[in-house]
Amino acid sequence: METEDQTLVQDCLTENLDPAPIKDEYAPVIFSQETVSHIVSIDMMSGQQDLENILRARATGKGVLTSPFKLLKSNHLGVVLTFAVYNKDLPPDAIPEQRTEATVGYLGASYDVPSLVEKLLHQLASKQTIVVNVYDTTNASAPISMYGTDITDTGLLHVSSLDFGDPLRKHEMHCRFKQKPPLPWMAINASVGVLVITLLVGHIFHAAICRIAKVENDCREMMELKARAEAADVAKSQFLATVSHEIRTPMNGVLGMLKMLMDTDLDAIQRDYAETAHASGKDLISLINEVLDQAKIESGRLELEDVPFDLRNLLDSILSLSSDKSNDKGIESAVYVSDRVPEVVVGDPGRFRQIITNLVGNSIKFTQDKGHIFVSVHLVDEMKGTSDVGDKVLQQGLNLVQDMSSKTYNTLSGFPVVDRWRSWENFKMLNGKDAKDDPEKIRLLVTVEDTGVGIRLDAQDQIFTPFVQADSSTSRHYGGTGIGLSISKHLVELMHGEIGFASEPGVGSTFSFTGAFGKGEVSSLDSKWKQYDPVVSEFQGLGALIIDNRSIRAEVTKYHLRRLGISVDITSSLESACTYVSSIFTTSAFAHLAMILIDKDVWNQETVLQLRSLLEQHRKNCKLNVSTNLPKIFLLGTSMSPVERSKLKTSGFVDNVLMKPLRLSVLIACFQEALGRTKGKVRGKKMSTLGSLLREKRILVVDDNKVNRRVAEGALKKYGAIVTCVERGHDALNKLKPPHTFDACFMDLQMPEMDGFEATRQIRSAESEVNEKLASGEVSIEMYGNVSHWHIPILAMTADVIQATYEKCLKCGMDDYVSKPFEEEQLYLAVARFFESGL
Amino acid sequence: MDLAALKTQLKNFVQSMFEEGVLDNQFSQIQALQDSTNPNFVEEVITLFCNDAERIINEINRNLGYQNVDFSNLDSYVHQLKGSSSSIGANRLKLACANLRQASDERNKEGCLQALQLITCEYCLLRRKFQALLHLERSIVELETNQK
Repeated sequence: METEDQTLVQDCLTENLDPAPIKDEYAPVIFSQETVSHIVSIDMMSGQQDLENILRARATGKGVLTSPFKLLKSNHLGVVLTFAVYNKDLPPDAIPEQRTEATVGYLGASYDVPSLVEKLLHQLASKQTIVVNVYDTTNASAPISMYGTDITDTGLLHVSSLDFGDPLRKHEMHCRFKQKPPLPWMAINASVGVLVITLLVGHIFHAAICRIAKVENDCREMMELKARAEAADVAKSQFLATVSHEIRTPMNGVLGMLKMLMDTDLDAIQRDYAETAHASGKDLISLINEVLDQAKIESGRLELEDVPFDLRNLLDSILSLSSDKSNDKGIESAVYVSDRVPEVVVGDPGRFRQIITNLVGNSIKFTQDKGHIFVSVHLVDEMKGTSDVGDKVLQQGLNLVQDMSSKTYNTLSGFPVVDRWRSWENFKMLNGKDAKDDPEKIRLLVTVEDTGVGIRLDAQDQIFTPFVQADSSTSRHYGGTGIGLSISKHLVELMHGEIGFASEPGVGSTFSFTGAFGKGEVSSLDSKWKQYDPVVSEFQGLGALIIDNRSIRAEVTKYHLRRLGISVDITSSLESACTYVSSIFTTSAFAHLAMILIDKDVWNQETVLQLRSLLEQHRKNCKLNVSTNLPKIFLLGTSMSPVERSKLKTSGFVDNVLMKPLRLSVLIACFQEALGRTKGKVRGKKMSTLGSLLREKRILVVDDNKVNRRVAEGALKKYGAIVTCVERGHDALNKLKPPHTFDACFMDLQMPEMDGFEATRQIRSAESEVNEKLASGEVSIEMYGNVSHWHIPILAMTADVIQATYEKCLKCGMDDYVSKPFEEEQLYLAVARFFESGL
Repeated sequence: MDLAALKTQLKNFVQSMFEEGVLDNQFSQIQALQDSTNPNFVEEVITLFCNDAERIINEINRNLGYQNVDFSNLDSYVHQLKGSSSSIGANRLKLACANLRQASDERNKEGCLQALQLITCEYCLLRRKFQALLHLERSIVELETNQK
């Protein structure tokens, strides 16, 4: 077998070597690798190391390794591994002699440690310089350094063992960095960075969670507070409801009692006390109502009605109610409605009245002892943009003119007032900014002008704020709670209008508001509004002459007279009146002249006598019949004592004295009396009138209480009614099922089994059923007594006179209520509604 | 006693009842309702009232005797009595009823008992006075018929 002999690399080149001495044995290198070709033919046994190695290899049959020595060519430190090659397979337990016998050759490998290490290191190609030390550590205490420089301790040391295959020898490789490893800045920075980032992220999470927790907390708190606020609101409403019932019931009791007291015999002082108490009670009730209104408005529960009503009558009644107070103070009051405002409008008369009453009340309160309160109503259209204003009052109102000679202004009383247009200059409606211009709606502008103390400039902003007075001393001096204007503002806004004012301290205040109303038909008016129609026409075509130096005042009087169909001429002084009268003597105008109205301001006794004699003279001259009526002369005055009045009347200077503010009903009565017409009933004793209303009427009384029934029956029978009594609601139902012959029903509210409300509801539903059938022609009208529409007036009898009950009564179909026990006046008023209108 | 004196006595008696507040204006209205078509109106009404009132007071008494008082039932009785009292003009009795009403609203049994006491008291007084009044009236009527 041919083997390749890996042999040693000896110290030196072949040329320098001596030929081998004569020996027993030789171990020449026959074959070698290219790299160690210089050791060919060198006797391996010549080196001591090699010799030992060969011998051992031969003897053990294993690979053996020399200790490090310098190799031949390269002079590097190295080791040689020698294997013996045998010519036959030897058993493992063969003795060395046998092995020596069997040896045919040797196989050797040299390890050039430096180059080995460097080649290895080269492969590593590390960035840091590594110092490698290779040791032969066969002798542990004295390691032989095979490769590497001197040791510098740089800390980290990595020891790995090298196995060349010879178990006898141990080799180790020590690796260490040449330089001490620098601080690992990257790692430090990175870890610090990561740490910081983690901390930050952790902090963010923590903050977020804290914030969420806090917000949740706050939310919960808010929910609690909200629940408490809602509970408080509910409590407030309940309180108000309780208060309204609890306070108003006894208050009504008090008022009722006072009324009854005033009906009895009282001397003057007692009557005065009673009346004062009654007035205070009424004030208190209206105050409570105001506060409740405010609360209702705040909670948005106020609703407006939609009924047709007559504006002019309403204003008349408002002004006459407050006329006592204003006349006592010597203030003149007047109302004027423009011709262009229709007779009937559709809206909420009660609330409209409330607003105007509030404004007029304020005016009276804050006007001391001079001047006037003037309420005027115009259409918004009259004000819009047109340069020529048709209405005389408006014209004058827009141009305040001072008469230099008499130092008076062209206002109602002569005293200066604030420019009224300033009170509506901000209104959107008038500036044309109001987008929706509903042609179906009538927009009215109401102005209340007074010559009072005015409103302080710094208080003007707060004037519509509830519970705030212009001055802390206001409620002390003038009284009031400060809610009126706030309520009025809200009501105006509910009417789709605006409210504003202009005021100057020392001059006066003018409040204006607008409102939208529907168009109404004259025929749709409720009977209580249509009081004067049949009478109005009797004055048609008559003529009148007004003598008044204030043109606005004259216009107001003219307005009232025109409502009665009387045509009017105005002169401003008695002298010019005489001239005028003389001038029309021969015309037909004189024939129509039925009355001359003279204002107190121009009253002059002598001149009036002159006028009178002038008229008489004319009558004589025309040879007219003495019985031809001369024009009647009336005096118009504001505040006059009854004594003065009767004196004037009896003296014969005037036919009558008319007190301002003028009221249509008063005018009619006066004129009727003066002109000798006695048409129209005189409401004398109420009892006879009640009797005439109730005579022969069939009335059903429903009450579970025997005593009440008996008393009610007795009272009604006294007036001539035919009374039937029943005890239960059911019986009432049976009796009032159409067709029946009853004219009215008085129903107790609280009854067992079926109460008054339920009974009324059922009666009404039975009636509407029948009415429907009649209307659709399902049944013939003869079957139902020739009555096409069944609606029996049902009046509730109740001891509880509260607003809520009244509303409930109306809701289930009742027509009105009377108090129990019967009060004559109230009974009359209630019954008159149904029987007067010709039921 | 002669007729005029009797009539004066009756008038004074009724007047005293007014002054004491036992009766109010309503009673005079009832008196006014008595005329030739209704000769016994006042007596009728008084009798009706007394019977009714006694019945109700007994009922209320019974009601308050129970362990658990039915206040709503009580309330309706009081209401009836109040109504009758005000129809006949029995002023003090009516006010006493208001007391009982109040106590009943408060569900206050003690208060109710006290109020009932007052009512019974007032009613007894009223009945006594009514009896005297009716006696006077009957005497007057007797005298009048005798005179005819």
